[in-house]
Amino acid sequence: MKNLQEEKEMLQEESSIFNARLQRRSFLQYAGAGAAGIALIAAGCKKDRNMDPPVTGGVTLDFKDDFGVLNYAYALEQLEAAFYIQVAATPYANISAAELAYFKDIQFHEIAHREFFKNALGAAAIGGLEVDFSKINFADRTSVLGTAKAFEDLGVSAYNGAGSLLKSTVYLTLAGKIVSVEARHAAYIRELISPNSFSNVEVVDMVNGLDKSRNPMEVLNIAAGFVKTKINVINLNA
Amino acid sequence: MNIVDILEEIEKVDGEVYERFSPRRTAMKQFFNIGKKVSLAAVPLALGSMFNKAYGQSTLPASVKAVLQFALTLEHFEAAFYTQALKASGGADFPSTAQGISDKTAIGIISGHETSHVNFLKGVIGADAVTARASYDWTASGAFPNPFATGNYGIFLAVAQALEDTGVRAYKGQAPALVGQGGVLTAALNIHSVEARHAAKIRYMRAQNGFAIKPWITGGNDSGVPNAAAVYAGEEITTQATISIVGINGTAVNAAAASESFDEPLTTQQVLDIVKLFGIS
Repeated sequence: MKNLQEEKEMLQEESSIFNARLQRRSFLQYAGAGAAGIALIAAGCKKDRNMDPPVTGGVTLDFKDDFGVLNYAYALEQLEAAFYIQVAATPYANISAAELAYFKDIQFHEIAHREFFKNALGAAAIGGLEVDFSKINFADRTSVLGTAKAFEDLGVSAYNGAGSLLKSTVYLTLAGKIVSVEARHAAYIRELISPNSFSNVEVVDMVNGLDKSRNPMEVLNIAAGFVKTKINVINLNA
Repeated sequence: MNIVDILEEIEKVDGEVYERFSPRRTAMKQFFNIGKKVSLAAVPLALGSMFNKAYGQSTLPASVKAVLQFALTLEHFEAAFYTQALKASGGADFPSTAQGISDKTAIGIISGHETSHVNFLKGVIGADAVTARASYDWTASGAFPNPFATGNYGIFLAVAQALEDTGVRAYKGQAPALVGQGGVLTAALNIHSVEARHAAKIRYMRAQNGFAIKPWITGGNDSGVPNAAAVYAGEEITTQATISIVGINGTAVNAAAASESFDEPLTTQQVLDIVKLFGIS
């Protein structure tokens, strides 16, 4: 009984990220003496991989190089473009001329991003994603604006989080050219929902004035609710 | 708070980051415990100085430091602009309408962010962070009428738009110098997108005040201010990485949409040429 209590305390202790890291570091220090250590780590990785369910169908984002990051962006742009194409094709009830015009603008921006990535990636591009918008009521302004806000804020945080994964300054600049346009969309949509919410505490931390970053797994977990195609991720943090 | 993300990002390029911060994890814990106790306002300085202590001024790469000093120079300028705008006397001439009152709230929000950026960057850079100028030439050496004069609210919004769009372009232009810098790059990107949110909001405010403009940049200088041409130089391009965006793959993307869908960077020199008119060197 006492042992159980001790174990529980140890587990709680381990849940702190700093301790977790240190534990890993200590492990590496113990195991890290030359090739034996490397083999041990490799064995660990291999075991993990075998435990993953076999990859069947869907698309695979391979983060071993910058193409993986670009394909990740391509996947998100496919999702956004499909959404706005639907919004522009079946506008919600009583949409104003100004709102319809801007939604058409945004539609073409996202199409431009999607097609740009497709061409830039060429043969390395993933296939087309099948989307699932069954949760969205396109006839209802609140549903459309809420989804648009979620997609735009997600896109901003995704690009912000992916920047440090890129090794090429050319691709980093291209991602930068797109993310600020996504942030402009986000601010506009937010203003339609609630005046002066363009950069509120949901997205910008008020102490340091920094926007959010999300890592690819966080982003894809959120996006998964709108995508039928299975998106596999490999070699992230490789 | 994003600090944990930032630390994790740094760890990707610098596995010893936690050791740099403190050789003992208990000290790291102490920092966070202290953070809970001290006032919220003290945190940005604490966070910045944590970065600074971790890397020390001699180990923060000179090229990275130069980028941060450049960013701080711009943030000082933006912060001072909005501080002036919100002054009861000598501030922007906000209309006493519902729109004007809402606009003033927005400027207050933006002002708060710019001041936060100043404090954040000062903390990261450390003791030799560049200081704000005692005064700025708000007319940009006569390029614009005084944005804070009575009846010049429209000018104020136009200058604010130019400053925000310049900020977006400036950060974008610096990103390549931070490639591989982990947390510092991420922090810069997190500021960059906030500036873009501001730019879109100011543009939307202008539209609400009767000036025809979109939240995104259409073509080149869409500000309606001919003297702001340098702020928008190159924004009109419709080719990205040799790929033509107009009508791409048979789509109906026209030239306006092609220019709007990508924001363009400015070089350090281009930005300096713009802001020197305001008295910044």
